[in-house]
Amino acid sequence: MKYLLVNLVLITVFLSHNGFLNEIDKGYGIGDYATDFSLPDINGKRISLADFKDAKGYLVIFTCNTCPYAIAYEDRIIALDKKYKTKGVPVIAINPNDPDLQPADDIQHMKKRAIEKGFTFPYLVDEKQEIFPQYGATKTPHVYLLEKTKQGNVVRYIGTIDDNYSDESAVKTKYVENAVDALLNGEEISLTTTRAIGCSIKSRKR
Amino acid sequence: MIRLVLFLSILVLTGCDFKERKKSTSENSEFVSTGFATADSLGIPVYNFDDLETLLYTKDDKTYIINFWATWCAPCIKELPYFEKINQQGEANNWKVILVSLDMPSMWKSKLIPFIRNKDLQSEVVILDDPDQNSWIPKVDKNWSGAIPATLIYNRNKRKFYEQTFTYEMLNKELGEFK
Repeated sequence: MKYLLVNLVLITVFLSHNGFLNEIDKGYGIGDYATDFSLPDINGKRISLADFKDAKGYLVIFTCNTCPYAIAYEDRIIALDKKYKTKGVPVIAINPNDPDLQPADDIQHMKKRAIEKGFTFPYLVDEKQEIFPQYGATKTPHVYLLEKTKQGNVVRYIGTIDDNYSDESAVKTKYVENAVDALLNGEEISLTTTRAIGCSIKSRKR
Repeated sequence: MIRLVLFLSILVLTGCDFKERKKSTSENSEFVSTGFATADSLGIPVYNFDDLETLLYTKDDKTYIINFWATWCAPCIKELPYFEKINQQGEANNWKVILVSLDMPSMWKSKLIPFIRNKDLQSEVVILDDPDQNSWIPKVDKNWSGAIPATLIYNRNKRKFYEQTFTYEMLNKELGEFK
């Protein structure tokens, strides 16, 4: 037992020395296995990725009620779900914000927003704020495309939805659609990470 | 006289060119084109990233503190007074704060300008309006995820990027390393 403990300490020291633990802090990279979760939706029902038996993949999107960028993308998130759910890649939206810090992101407001906008996808609460740090989400909206494989759910794309938040009609490149299409066609995803301005996730832990 | 005409026509030509370029960054957006048409009346400059980038590489003996913020970003608003306080001390310390607003065009007149007036912001404020964010975010810093607030501090010798919030003490401490 003592030997094991010493070993563990050594491993920890080794890993932190090599910055490996820091990498974990930063969340997933492309090709990593993403954790499943069991989070309550706006009606309190617990949802997991594993519930979607026929899924080929998932669009896990960290989003919220309050961020202007998240709001600007709401209709496009609904459209993504409508387009890809039937093809086996449903949208799972997760609100990562702490409602104590952002009251308009509490469950009542989430419910109201989901009904008003007619969300076609589950809108979950990251109740312990433990899922978004594992994924490495820093802002809303923040998209993770996962591919379901026998070994687990593999991260295939991380980033933003397209290249123009303010004007959908001026979009030139639909990053997420391109990634999902490639995934469904068994092709390589050409652009696997993108960045966009977003609202930092409201958390006491960070 | 000929010289004057020549000068004026160059002025007009470059002026037009400038306008075209601005518009092309966000064609088809009602907000932006009205926003641009009234950029003068806003009283603060509206930049695309190419315009802004020159402000991120000024090579004089000053230290520049570039803060990316927006009126809709609560943690940004919270830290703004600390940046203002730092800016007030700029002359004595040879540093300067530039506040880069990422407010959306629809918010410029309704939120941003009233905010600047009400808070009586003394730091230089510029608007960055460039929707193709994936192209320019890594040019500010390769590790920036895009979350705001975010701050770049640089001078001729040193450059550091912070995807975080600041207190006055933290800012002061960081700036100590740029002396």
